[in-house]
Amino acid sequence: MQQFCEQLLNGLNLGSVYALIALGYTMVYGIAKMLNFAHGDIIMVGGYTIYVFMNMTGHPLIAVAVAVVFCVLLGITIEKVAYKPLRGASPLAVLITAIGVSYLLQSLAQIVFGSAPKMVKIADMGVLKIGSLKIQNYTLLTLACSIVVMIALTLFVKFTKIGRAMLATSEDKAATQLMGINVNNVITVTFAIGSALAALAGLFYLLKAPSISNTFGSMPGIKAFTAAVIGGIGSIPGAMLGGILLGIVECISYKIPAIAAYTDAIEFLILIVILLVKPTGILGKRRSEKV
Amino acid sequence: MALLEVKNLEVFYGVIRALKGISFEVNEGEIVTLIGANGAGKTTTMHSVIGLIPPKNGEITFNGQNISKTPCHKIVKLGMSQVPEGRHVFQELTVYENLLLGGYLSNDQKVIKEDIEKIYARFPRLYERKSQIAGTLSGGEQQMLAIGRALMSKPKLLMLDEPSMGLSPLLVDEVFDIIKTINKEGTTILLVEQNAGKSLAISDRAYVLENGEITLSGTGKELMASEDVKKAYLGG
Repeated sequence: MQQFCEQLLNGLNLGSVYALIALGYTMVYGIAKMLNFAHGDIIMVGGYTIYVFMNMTGHPLIAVAVAVVFCVLLGITIEKVAYKPLRGASPLAVLITAIGVSYLLQSLAQIVFGSAPKMVKIADMGVLKIGSLKIQNYTLLTLACSIVVMIALTLFVKFTKIGRAMLATSEDKAATQLMGINVNNVITVTFAIGSALAALAGLFYLLKAPSISNTFGSMPGIKAFTAAVIGGIGSIPGAMLGGILLGIVECISYKIPAIAAYTDAIEFLILIVILLVKPTGILGKRRSEKV
Repeated sequence: MALLEVKNLEVFYGVIRALKGISFEVNEGEIVTLIGANGAGKTTTMHSVIGLIPPKNGEITFNGQNISKTPCHKIVKLGMSQVPEGRHVFQELTVYENLLLGGYLSNDQKVIKEDIEKIYARFPRLYERKSQIAGTLSGGEQQMLAIGRALMSKPKLLMLDEPSMGLSPLLVDEVFDIIKTINKEGTTILLVEQNAGKSLAISDRAYVLENGEITLSGTGKELMASEDVKKAYLGG
């Protein structure tokens, strides 16, 4: 029971990080109708930025703030340089470009930082003991931050002008333009938010396992993308739900010796089953598109 | 000077020439209708004028300004608004949020609130359903919402694309009454309709669009009396 509780918490922890990343995938998909496969690599860039600025300043808060700002600028730049010229092009062209950007970022990181993993010591946070239950403090920090960020994002989308414009764009791009809304600006904001969340995800990964290499973001990226599809790609609550679900499954499965080795397979199996039963994902909606 | 002037507008979809160089104008205060069959190019014309589809050739002038290459959101800012074919209200947002989006260009919360009150006064049904998700409204209510949303930006020129489509005869009459009222209050109207009888009756002038070309033009009465129009669009 105690182990179950610990794994549940670990699962929530990992799941909320997946959720943060999945939000980036799902919002960009909803608004720009593209799968940004370079999104995972933004996590890696965020991680390296934290590494560099931790070594330079020694202040975790400064390092994280710089990482968020740098990732936001990078996300906006990638969108402007690589994706915007392809607006209206075939989805396949955009997808391949995104994969290209992903390799570009990974290769650049390898050139700059080498291929050996780097250690990133951010902060020693200790352990909280409740009775016999041991909880890592970074778990609590990650959970708290993720929850705050997700609530803030939900409120932002629901109650601000630009948030409403985002919802409108994801539903009907042409009608949104008829409201006098510059859809390109909405897309820029979306990439900015997604990249900021990816930078935070990079931080939370490093708190858990303080080592980074140029493929740091690949697996979390794929897992979070899976989470976004499970939850229903394009749906913000869906990304949160899918992320947390996947995180819990992963942590619990790792602790069951008989299936531990198959954890990744189990996660992707869940994806396949959900797509078979409900192709739009758990909270996804089917939209009929009228020409 | 015409409020909207379209000269030799040519639009292509790939290699298909959807509009073959059409010219028309809408003067301030008028109701002008484009009538034509399915596929004649009516919606293409509407989309091209408001900047959703870039024209290949030709010139579009609005309020003295060349807008042929201006993106849609900037044209809306200049005072043009459109009720798209099939209404296209934001299905997953509430009636109130739809209206808020209609007033996106205004930054004055007080003005937006007043404008929404005016829309509610014009369409009491929308007030009753203000917190309802727009996708759950009836077709007629969605049409009212689409018109209300388009009025939120206080356009000089309001374009309506098939506003009577899919509505019951009673609602069709109501929609045409509303269009007349909006026009009387000072908004210029460009209307696209398959319901030629009703739309010609309220129009100052009209154009007939056939296969991407304007084949006839005149006052609403003239066209209603024209044998060709009677045969093709008024059921004999």
